[in-house]
Amino acid sequence: MNNLLLRLCLLVCSIWAITPSSHAQATWDLDQLMQSLATTRTGHASFIEKKFIAILNKPVESSGELFYTAPDRLEKRTLQPKAETMVLDKDKLIVEQRGKKHVLSLQSYPEIAAFIDSIRGTLAGDRKALERSYKLGMVGTEQSWNLSLLPLADKMKKVVTSIDISGSGNTLETIEIKQADGDSSVMTITPLPAL
Amino acid sequence: MIVVSLVIISRSQFTADLSAFLPSNPTAEQQLLMDQLKDGLASRLILVGIEGADLATRATLSKTIAKNLRSNPAFVSVNNGEAITTERDRSYLFNHRYLLSPAVTPQHFTVDGLHTAISDSIDQLASPAGLLTKSLLPHDPTGEMLQLLDAMNASNKPELVEGAWASRDGDTALLLLQTSAVGSDTDAQKQAMQFIQHEFDQATESIAVKAQPTLLMTGPGMFSVVARDTIKSQVRVIFVISTVLIALLLFAVYRSLSALALGFLPVATGILAGIASVSLWFGVVHGITLGFGTALIGEAVDYSIYLFMQSDQTGDREQSRKKWVQLVWPTVRLGVLTSVFGFAALLLSGFPGLAQLGLYSVAGLVAAAIMTRYVLPSLLPADFRIRDVSNAGITLSHYAQRARRLRWPVVILVAVSSIIVYQHHHRLWNTELAALSPVSAADQALDTRLRAGMGAPDVRYVVVVSGDSQETVLSDTEKVSAALDGLVGKGLLSSFDSASHYLPSLKTQQARLASLPTATELKLRLTAALKDLPVQPSVLAPFLTEVEAARTKPLLQRTDLQGTSMAMAVDAMLLQQGQHWSSLIPLTAPESGNIDAAQVQTALDQAQIENTLFVDIKAESNRLYSGYMQEAILLSLTGIAAIIVLLLFVLRSPSRVMAVIVPLAAAVLTVMAGLTLFGQQLIILHLIGLLLIVAIGSNYALFFNPVNKQGIPDISPRTYASLVFANVATVLGFGLLAFSSVPVLQAMGVTVAPGVILALVFSAVFARNKD
Repeated sequence: MNNLLLRLCLLVCSIWAITPSSHAQATWDLDQLMQSLATTRTGHASFIEKKFIAILNKPVESSGELFYTAPDRLEKRTLQPKAETMVLDKDKLIVEQRGKKHVLSLQSYPEIAAFIDSIRGTLAGDRKALERSYKLGMVGTEQSWNLSLLPLADKMKKVVTSIDISGSGNTLETIEIKQADGDSSVMTITPLPAL
Repeated sequence: MIVVSLVIISRSQFTADLSAFLPSNPTAEQQLLMDQLKDGLASRLILVGIEGADLATRATLSKTIAKNLRSNPAFVSVNNGEAITTERDRSYLFNHRYLLSPAVTPQHFTVDGLHTAISDSIDQLASPAGLLTKSLLPHDPTGEMLQLLDAMNASNKPELVEGAWASRDGDTALLLLQTSAVGSDTDAQKQAMQFIQHEFDQATESIAVKAQPTLLMTGPGMFSVVARDTIKSQVRVIFVISTVLIALLLFAVYRSLSALALGFLPVATGILAGIASVSLWFGVVHGITLGFGTALIGEAVDYSIYLFMQSDQTGDREQSRKKWVQLVWPTVRLGVLTSVFGFAALLLSGFPGLAQLGLYSVAGLVAAAIMTRYVLPSLLPADFRIRDVSNAGITLSHYAQRARRLRWPVVILVAVSSIIVYQHHHRLWNTELAALSPVSAADQALDTRLRAGMGAPDVRYVVVVSGDSQETVLSDTEKVSAALDGLVGKGLLSSFDSASHYLPSLKTQQARLASLPTATELKLRLTAALKDLPVQPSVLAPFLTEVEAARTKPLLQRTDLQGTSMAMAVDAMLLQQGQHWSSLIPLTAPESGNIDAAQVQTALDQAQIENTLFVDIKAESNRLYSGYMQEAILLSLTGIAAIIVLLLFVLRSPSRVMAVIVPLAAAVLTVMAGLTLFGQQLIILHLIGLLLIVAIGSNYALFFNPVNKQGIPDISPRTYASLVFANVATVLGFGLLAFSSVPVLQAMGVTVAPGVILALVFSAVFARNKD
């Protein structure tokens, strides 16, 4: 009986030990968020993205899955309304749509690059990469944080006003992008078991 | 005659491209291939690479050079990926989207068609690319522009680094230039090269660079410039060195300057006559012919060697020379005739390069021989004398006597050679046209590297559509494109390019225009189509205006393309020669690898479009070359047959003819075996070399089996000496070619030099015993 109690105690203690305690750190800063995000090596999630476009009466919705492999491979597999795959691998962007495959170099499309890097950089917890293109701001706690990215380059500012990413611990929950022309999009992410 | 020759030569044109080694009576496919090689757009492209320094510097240099070259009329276009042409391209596609898009059909503009197309475009907004296409929606809700951009992107383009094209690895900044002059205009190509170099030098000077950047240039035009320069400089060097060496040799033997000068007289006459006749007959003299000509000095000088050395130096020399003319001249004349018969066969060649060599040799040798026989003796001063070589001759004649003991070893050597040649007979000849190319392996590697960086694959498979007007050709091209689209759909082709993508036939344009409804009709249909779509009709007002505008605009003409990069593509793919038009449709292999030629052919056959040819350029050019090779082998055999007939006619004894032919055949076989053992695959010029062994070697063999046997009691020691010196002179002439880096010259050198030595030795070995 004693023995069992001891074992239970040890188990609880070990759980305690491997989980960094939020109680111990009441404040949660950008560095900690980045460190926490950087621990993710692979990720698999489903997404629903809503785009609010001025010329359309109602938002367009798309959904699919996201795959992430640290540090620089991100795949966005849209299933609805049109099947389409977008793979970001290092500085290559491979887009497959309408049965055609396009390989783009991110350098050719700096706006898209910065845009995509905002998500990839966040996933990787790469503060340096993010700060090259954005002014970062963070509010909230470990359980519920909100990271805001404001573009630095004028060219980029003409396209994107702000990117807001919210999450909990080392998982991303929503990504909201506000475009300079007033259009916006919200992507909601739900983790799926790793493949 | 010499003066006339000089006048002709001073007006001669000299070239050095591979075109001389292409046929003059080609088939349709060959003609196309040759036109493309000589004057096609491909021949006008210059690929420029900038390496060294850093990424940003390379891009800056690329932009500066491009900016300056764009204002130079020597270049039709200068592309380095900068937005200058990209913007023009986009606006051409956008402004004419309703004439260019294959999606424009009457069905596309019905209520249903509009509904489908517009909901597709809305879905497109959901994609990441939506960011780029959003602004297009009010103008182009049916997605024509995206379709066109998709088609454009099918062709590979290099990547942009710092706003200028760079290779995949990023280490090389790339530019693609098109010259105004055709590729075969070597002078203009050279000038274009100098312009580029000049701009590069200026640009590097103006910016402070730490690591010095380097400029690389490649392209067919560059190849002809480099080839011409290489051949020119090598021919010059070889000419000077061989002349000096032969002169030194002759001076050492003659010990007389006047004899030396007079000895060169037949040579000079021969060269002049050769160049002049080639220039008169062909209009242009190929560099290879000149290179070959310098080597032929070695043979032409033989005639005067025979005259000077074989005539008796001790008694009455004038009398002795008369005796030479009477006794020896018939043998020399027969030697000249055998050479002439051998080379005359080449005159029949359908390939100007070979025919030039043939004519040059015939004219040169005949002129040199006539000079030796009829002019030279009368020019010799009364007290003309050269060193007596009888002593050396006597030693040599002893060797010659002993050489007969080598018969059996030589027979064994020849037998072994035959076996080697037989064993290698499948790989004996190199059947790739590229083997003839005077471009060095390093230059070819650079070309491959820059091309790969450019993402420009070698054009190998092409469909050719011919017709009598641009309209017919374009219209048929559209039919072929439709058939090819099916193959792309099945994954048998990755893509194909076609002039009709950028410039549809007028008929098709009219049909597309006719598909566009009137403004009022379109408005009604659009309202109906948008009923359950999240777009207000008012948003699409620009669409209505632009469709109406398209209906009233004139049809696209070729001139509308001006200033776009597509103009270059159309110029490359849509060709006019007089009344004849042709359109080229280059095919790109699927990623899996090769194009299944049979499937493509079947698809084209099923489409039943007249005047359509499917060409495999690589196979075609190799077929062309192997045809050329076979013709050359046949002609060489004809030449040898002609020599045998001539010998039979003159010597009137099959056994004496055999005695002349056997050593020559033995020499040819041994040389072939030797080249094979050294890993040399034989090209066409090796074959010419072999023919030369027979032509020159026949002189030696004939001296061992003289024409008028009754007149010459025995082969005199002086004859031996003259033969050896003549042989050394020939080896000097041809041997130097073996050191050339131009494959065609080198091939001739390594064949003839050892060949003529063997021919002389074997002639001695197989000389008939005194009966």
